[in-house]
Amino acid sequence: MPLIKISVTLKPTLLDAQGRAVHGALKNLGYNNVEKVRIGRYIELNLEDGPDIDGQVREICDKLLANPVIEDYRYEVVK
Amino acid sequence: MKFGVARFPGSNCDQDAYYAIKDVLGQPVEYLWHQEADLKGADVVVIPGGFSFGDYLRCGAIARFAPVMEAVQEHAAKGGIVIGICNGFQILCESRLLPGALIRNDGQKFVCKHVSLRVENTNTVFTRNAKPDQILSIPVAHGEGKYVCDDQLHDQLQANGQILFRYASDDENPNGSIDNIAGIMNTGGNVFGMMPHPERACDKALGSADGLVLLGSLLNGRS
Repeated sequence: MPLIKISVTLKPTLLDAQGRAVHGALKNLGYNNVEKVRIGRYIELNLEDGPDIDGQVREICDKLLANPVIEDYRYEVVK
Repeated sequence: MKFGVARFPGSNCDQDAYYAIKDVLGQPVEYLWHQEADLKGADVVVIPGGFSFGDYLRCGAIARFAPVMEAVQEHAAKGGIVIGICNGFQILCESRLLPGALIRNDGQKFVCKHVSLRVENTNTVFTRNAKPDQILSIPVAHGEGKYVCDDQLHDQLQANGQILFRYASDDENPNGSIDNIAGIMNTGGNVFGMMPHPERACDKALGSADGLVLLGSLLNGRS
């Protein structure tokens, strides 16, 4: 049964308040070479194998797992 | 005028809304359970605040697919009035009944306090009892209330008068919402959402009765 690894992040144009706070904390720790931090969500799901796994994953992401108004998603299918 | 107040697991302003409608406005009201696609004849549907489905995934993302929301979609498509408050606003955005989205507050913190709102459009069923530019004191209580939209949508909201409330100044803006937007309606003028809680400002004993300007507007202009 294929494993789908999905990551969802805020669109680059939107300020990621969590990422900014963590970035500040890393700077406080002395990691001054960290340029940017973006925080997102990681989701794993197992899907029955089928002819159009990509189509179904995109549908699931567009409908529920991500909000296309504010978020981008990437995924990887591991068979 | 009959009201319905939706209830999801995690709704926590449903009783406040019910009280404001029944005891302050004196109107008939019923709760609408999320698993039933039945509005019980309500003319106005209120989607209340809270943390529906634990705010899992995104605020409002799971409530959007509850059976009651199918009935709300149909109601809205027929021109029926729908109001979303706080988490209700988030649910309406996730449902695409309202454009744009609500994300985490710029300051990361949950903010719970009274803010000053300016009424930006009094020519709507939600604000017709207000005076132009009237300032209302209404509390906010949210961690993810920053309204965002792209420039094109922002221009459209502005041009169509869809922005009904703004935080009265940058200092009053509790979450970093673009253009200080606090509440918007759809192009049809029958679906409205706002982050502040008018139902918590219906009695001077609670600090403000300014929420009645909004709730009273719904009663065919009778306050």
